[in-house]
Amino acid sequence: MADTINTFIGLSASHWLGYVLTALIHCALLLHVVAVGALVFIWMERKIAGRIQDRLGPTRVGGRFGWLQTLADGLKLITKEDLIPAEADRMLFKLAPYVAFMASFCAYLALPFADGWVGQHVNTAVFFVLAVLGLEVFGVILAGYASGSKWSLFGAIREAAQVVSYEVPLGLCVVVPVFICGTMNLVTIANKQAGLFTNWMVFHDPFTFTIFWVYFTCATASVNRAPFDLAEAESELVAGFHTEYSGLRWSFFFMAEYGSMFLVSGLATILFFGGWHGPFPIFGAEMLGWAYAPGASEWALSGYLANLAGCLNFVLKAVVGVTVMIWVRWTFPRLRIDQVITTCLKYCVPIAAICFLGALAWEALDIPSPNDLDLMTSQPKSTVRENWVIPARKLSSENKTTSHQPAPTTAASQQDPAANTAMATGPQDGPRSGRPGGDL
Amino acid sequence: MLLATFSWHEFFFMLFAILACGFAVGVLLSTNIVRMAFYLVISLGSTAGLFYLAGAEFVGAMQLMIYVGGTLVLLIFGVMLTAQQRFISLKSYGRDWVLGLAVGGSLLLLLLNAAFGVADWYTPRPKTSLAVDQSKTATPLGLALAGVRADKLETRHQDEEKDKRLKGGMSGYLLPFVIVSVHLLVVLIGAAYMARTKRVAPKAEPASEGKPD
Repeated sequence: MADTINTFIGLSASHWLGYVLTALIHCALLLHVVAVGALVFIWMERKIAGRIQDRLGPTRVGGRFGWLQTLADGLKLITKEDLIPAEADRMLFKLAPYVAFMASFCAYLALPFADGWVGQHVNTAVFFVLAVLGLEVFGVILAGYASGSKWSLFGAIREAAQVVSYEVPLGLCVVVPVFICGTMNLVTIANKQAGLFTNWMVFHDPFTFTIFWVYFTCATASVNRAPFDLAEAESELVAGFHTEYSGLRWSFFFMAEYGSMFLVSGLATILFFGGWHGPFPIFGAEMLGWAYAPGASEWALSGYLANLAGCLNFVLKAVVGVTVMIWVRWTFPRLRIDQVITTCLKYCVPIAAICFLGALAWEALDIPSPNDLDLMTSQPKSTVRENWVIPARKLSSENKTTSHQPAPTTAASQQDPAANTAMATGPQDGPRSGRPGGDL
Repeated sequence: MLLATFSWHEFFFMLFAILACGFAVGVLLSTNIVRMAFYLVISLGSTAGLFYLAGAEFVGAMQLMIYVGGTLVLLIFGVMLTAQQRFISLKSYGRDWVLGLAVGGSLLLLLLNAAFGVADWYTPRPKTSLAVDQSKTATPLGLALAGVRADKLETRHQDEEKDKRLKGGMSGYLLPFVIVSVHLLVVLIGAAYMARTKRVAPKAEPASEGKPD
């Protein structure tokens, strides 16, 4: 994208300005997803909570349904005084909300919204998302410690115990779709589920179906939502780790919470529900044929529209996930800390482990599953490859001019025969090509 | 124009390197144990950034997950349980500094010696285009665990003798991995055993003194 922008402004393809603009555009778009998403979700939460409790929820601000209630709340929060308790560790107290928000936001960098629409192509995206999401707990723990308040410290300790426990079953659940698809690349995982909804991982076999529910439970726990919201626990700990926060810093915690809710729902969508592929492949090769063919590198309006619809599809599925989380929050009472740990260690971990082994056996014994029928797909899923990794256009230009890094002149590579072979075999074939040096 | 040849790769390398080193020094100089942990998070996170920059995505994510995520959550957790008045600020005495400098300095010397002892590591290579896009570090790592060493399959040197030496001793990492895991498990169980609450033998409760209701 950087070279497109550069040629658009009229600079050379590898000019630094293009890279800055590209990064800014990506960040701005993702920030919109998180911040505007939080606005909508908070409004939704209040409406749904109202309906569940047989009341109306916000009704006045911005017309009939109180659409703009969250915006009004946001303005109110900005005008509030930014209080810091006298007992607080000032530096950590100020930094903690940003740490929480940053962790939640950074994970979006690797989350694809449609075929190839992703902030940064990461081959081990699943792993990256999980790893970064796990860092959100730092914000909570730092906030709890730095507040210098007993309520906050209790919230932080509970959070630490809970997150450390739930990382284990969460990891086990995520591994199952990863090994069935044979890749950690989220784009490829979703593309392997193209076609009719029977191709979705959740319908792959009974074990994947079970493990989706375990994943959802653990994800709810890992983003601190009720019934696992022990770190906040309004009725016991005032507000837990954010008792002492006010104003904008407080709202950062909320953006982080809603951001990670959407994130884990989006991850579930990609891992289990086909990502941007709808229940019926309207844009696939069988019906309209608009979607990009695998490996296509040319921009096309039909492909763009198909991707846009896919993006909507993805967001819709993820929002359904968030809605279920909200529904769960207003339906179930909060668990005690021992019940939380019991749920994790006595139920989630064993069920996840059994499902892991079961799904493994299903694959190893080659038991047929609806996913293998490849209904309504032009391409059998075994042939789906990570072909977007090096778009053909970029590859050819790289071979011709060795584009964006300035140095590799032909003279240099002629001097060193080893490097020459490395250059020749380098970009085309994968990990075993003669890349110079010990990069493993 | 200077800016036209500006390399983002070098810029980010310097940024992450400075962050990692700066906050590592911060860990040394800080006396508050929780701040130390926080600086360590940033330092290790920047190291993960360096891995990503080098195209080693899997190792980078591993760094985030294992070091930044796992270890430091446990560290902070432990710190908060032990952060009583006596340990809340850690002052190092002169003798600690001497010992630390001796151990750390000798390790640094060893590492420097190793870094400059292997010719492959410091001879400048022609800059091939960054292999970030096509890096698939997870696959060779997984294969290596099972015993297929992708790094030993390739022909790196033109020299027959050198290649033969490189390919010798093809072995997987599964056994060492399992040994290390079991070792860690033993350590964890031991730590849990030592940290468990000491149960005080229940004292015989004095009989109720008949308080008024």
